[in-house]
Amino acid sequence: MNIRRIFLIAVPYLWLGALFLIPFGIVFKIALSDGALAIPPYIPTLDFSQGWAGFKDFAGKLDFENFRFLASDDLYWKAYLSSVKIASISTLATLLVGYPIAYAMARAAPEWRPTLMMLVILPFWTSFLIRVYAWIGILSNEGYLNQILIGMGLIDEPLTILNTNWAVYIGIVYTYLPFMVLPIYAALEKMDDSLLEAAEDLGCSRFSAFWLVTIPLSKAGIVAGSFLVFIPALGEFVIPSILGGSKTLMIGKVLWEEFFNNRDWPVASAVAVILLLILIIPIVLFQRNEQKQREAEE
Amino acid sequence: MPVNEQNVFAPWEDPKAKPLIKFENVTKRFGDFVAIDDLTLDIYAEEFFALLGPSGCGKTTMMRMLAGFENTSSGKISIDGVDVGGVPPNKRAVNMMFQSYALFPHLTVYENIAFGLKRSKMPKDEIAARVDEMLRLTRLEKLARRKPHQVSGGQRQRIALARSLAKAPKLLLLDEPLGALDKKLRQDTQFELMDIQEKTGTTFVIVTHDQEEAMTVASRIAVMDEGRIVQIETPARIYETPNSVYVADFIGDVNIIEGNVSPQDGGVHHIDWAEGQSPIIAHADPSIANGTRGFFAIRPEKVAISAERPADRANAFQGKVLDIAYLGNVSTYHVALPTGNIVKAQATNSRRLSRRDITWEDTVWLSWTDTAGIILTQ
Repeated sequence: MNIRRIFLIAVPYLWLGALFLIPFGIVFKIALSDGALAIPPYIPTLDFSQGWAGFKDFAGKLDFENFRFLASDDLYWKAYLSSVKIASISTLATLLVGYPIAYAMARAAPEWRPTLMMLVILPFWTSFLIRVYAWIGILSNEGYLNQILIGMGLIDEPLTILNTNWAVYIGIVYTYLPFMVLPIYAALEKMDDSLLEAAEDLGCSRFSAFWLVTIPLSKAGIVAGSFLVFIPALGEFVIPSILGGSKTLMIGKVLWEEFFNNRDWPVASAVAVILLLILIIPIVLFQRNEQKQREAEE
Repeated sequence: MPVNEQNVFAPWEDPKAKPLIKFENVTKRFGDFVAIDDLTLDIYAEEFFALLGPSGCGKTTMMRMLAGFENTSSGKISIDGVDVGGVPPNKRAVNMMFQSYALFPHLTVYENIAFGLKRSKMPKDEIAARVDEMLRLTRLEKLARRKPHQVSGGQRQRIALARSLAKAPKLLLLDEPLGALDKKLRQDTQFELMDIQEKTGTTFVIVTHDQEEAMTVASRIAVMDEGRIVQIETPARIYETPNSVYVADFIGDVNIIEGNVSPQDGGVHHIDWAEGQSPIIAHADPSIANGTRGFFAIRPEKVAISAERPADRANAFQGKVLDIAYLGNVSTYHVALPTGNIVKAQATNSRRLSRRDITWEDTVWLSWTDTAGIILTQ
């Protein structure tokens, strides 16, 4: 193995080590510490002046007490569960909204496709925070949505959407829609139209041809899009804290409160470590899907 | 196909035979473009019918109308006596083999072949038996569990064929079925196609731009140009007696010499084609009116090339060898006549190349009999 190859392999590993493993190690260490009124707000801290004895003393004081605490207080596992539920429902809703968009894009005349793609990506050009705040103006009791619905005579009383889970679902679907649309579009766009004609020729109706050919052939895109939405939605903090209400329980919000309101860094770190462990399963599945697709294309 | 096909299988010559497919004054327009222009055509059961023409001549449109992917703008298409206007593709006893094969990439070879059968109400064990039969017919038994991307191009072609034949359609449409194969494989596959067509007794309609392919497989060929059929005939007749310069030129290689026709005694005609040259003598039946502008067409292999003037040929002209295309088994000589016309003559290389006695710049004689060529008036 020559130096060039070692260098090429070393770069991503160094990247991963410096930006993922070391920070994770630090967070994990804090999770094993105890909270304290100090700066930083936890003990023990590693004292290098004591040498080996200092390290032994330090290691002896680390324990899994915070994790036991997380297991004993039902707030935490309820928050995890609620996050998984909200992320799953949002992912499904994003799929139901995103698939028709991707399908329409792939069916559009080729000269229109770059424009449509641009329109999907365009919202990213403005700040995510501003776009989420804008939804307050749409969804609030005096917001545009309620004004339009009342104006059309569809409802008499304004609908309470803001500060409920509904607003969170809407916010997540809106924010993560491009992550769903683009992989599905990529899968649908390279599909050969004659496959659908062949299915019809062999006795399928339009609908069963879609079900038996189009859906299976876009499966890789559906799976990729779903993970790209589910993984960030699970730990989402901004959307539930801006659009959600006091009853909206999501682990990202709990994490924030532990860190900044309670200043309990060790418990917050333990929450973060568990969140990562929950996320590892879908991340590994996502990687598998990507690899399988690459193999199929070869 | 046996050589004496006209005696064995020629329903188109039997006035009592009922055609399987009837096109009656069919026109198809795409906007202003007329793809099919008032076309009438009969195709009979168990035929291997070829639609031949350059790209854009309307042959693919005709096939897509038969499959049900396009509707006619006017006129009527009937299959087995039933008007199929408005019948969608999934309700027709017609299957199609696509040019791209259109195999489902997410299904195995077995599942691809079973796809159409599963859509019908056929019981499971019958489906399995039918798929096995198709796999045997196309020699794919060992590949049943593979995915389409795991087999070769020739095998993919056979999967597509097996899939389109599985439902035992009355009519099988083949859209450039061999276009994606290399030449050697294409030739083998042509014979395989004919073999399968004979075994299953299915009517095949094949679309191709490759005249050699059409000649090899077809019982009849329809030569198309700009939405019209120029000629429908058996391969042998379409080659020997084309009805127009277009057909003569499209099928195989041909020399065309233009001139004024004057009929003589006994079906013999003279064609005056150049000042100071003796007329070309050729038979024509029926006779052609005096003074008609005509085209004398003769295939290169019917023109003999020799160093000395042959005594017994009705036509003999002197020229100079301009070019020799050596194809191994045969050579084509491009000979320039003093008038500037270039005539191609083909000779079998029955002797080794080093012993060939005619070479570039040689003065040679081209000759042919009075029945070797034909006179075309359009």
